[in-house]
Amino acid sequence: MDWKFNNDSPIYQQIMEQIKAMIATGVLKAGDKLPSVRELAVEAEVNPNTMQKALSELEREGLLCSKRTSGRFVSDNPSNADNLQEEMMMECIRVFIENMKKLGYSMEECIVLIEKHWKNNSL
Amino acid sequence: MENILECRNLTKKYGSKVAVDNLSVSVGSGKITGLLGPNGSGKTTLIKVIAGILNADEGEVFAGGSKVGIESKKVVSYLPERPYFAPGMKVSETIKFFSDFYNDFSRDAAEEMLKSLDINPDARIRTLSKGNREKVQLVLVMSRKAKLYLLDEPMGGVDPAARDYILKTILKNYNEEAGIIISTHLISDVEKVLDDVIFIKNGHMVLHESVDDIRGNKGKSVDSLFREVFAC
Repeated sequence: MDWKFNNDSPIYQQIMEQIKAMIATGVLKAGDKLPSVRELAVEAEVNPNTMQKALSELEREGLLCSKRTSGRFVSDNPSNADNLQEEMMMECIRVFIENMKKLGYSMEECIVLIEKHWKNNSL
Repeated sequence: MENILECRNLTKKYGSKVAVDNLSVSVGSGKITGLLGPNGSGKTTLIKVIAGILNADEGEVFAGGSKVGIESKKVVSYLPERPYFAPGMKVSETIKFFSDFYNDFSRDAAEEMLKSLDINPDARIRTLSKGNREKVQLVLVMSRKAKLYLLDEPMGGVDPAARDYILKTILKNYNEEAGIIISTHLISDVEKVLDDVIFIKNGHMVLHESVDDIRGNKGKSVDSLFREVFAC
């Protein structure tokens, strides 16, 4: 896993977002076992307490579950990935619309631009 | 949670110059705390008093569960701002030195870390670069199973890649019952491994807060908060 952190929000929230993204995009699948807190903390170069906090919060949200003695797993609920994907999609759209409005584009212009550039890989 | 460090009304003067002024602070076990402040703010003096290298003029300090003294030194692992080994010593001799001196020292851990840092145990300290000398000292300090680690500028002289390795070494080797206090200027490098930060200025503590709270409530990194609080 490739971890990147910015300076704006608490690290544990950024870890949560990144794990959610991995679940949404299928990098982590339902039933997958996660490495130990210590291993993940060393990999992400963060404090083990911070990693623990992020994982506990994800458990509370039902995205991860821990089985005593055998470790922590991605919850066996297939709709989680779909819900997360939808959440992330909504966020992308919200940001896109907000930015395009700031730049002064109308919805009609946006649709034309998307159609024009959708297949343009050089973007 | 047991306090791994407790300072009560600690004062340390050098002649008429007050370096640490009536400072009280407690740090819980299992936490990595950054001790941050500008040059001359009293960081190194505070660490030396906790390590038992300097005597406080007033106040009390408890480290690793006992009052600073022989008992506390058994469980406190201190990295000084400058490495102290004689230039003529071999790296392997410094390892022997530590294993004679400290019961909680793990020779295997030290040898393994030196190997991954590509430092030859037969080399003499004199022949090592400044950065490599610092690494040897840090390896020794982190190879103890201590209750409290005091790291004074652990990354001052090393390159960014080695900094990452050092941070990983710290994360891997400390156990959850231990506490770590890191004094440094390289805030953005250590920020993500810290639980809490202590800001000190002219020997006074001006802030003791969790990194999550600083980022969550103030919406800025510890690095930018530091630049604000200590703007010249």
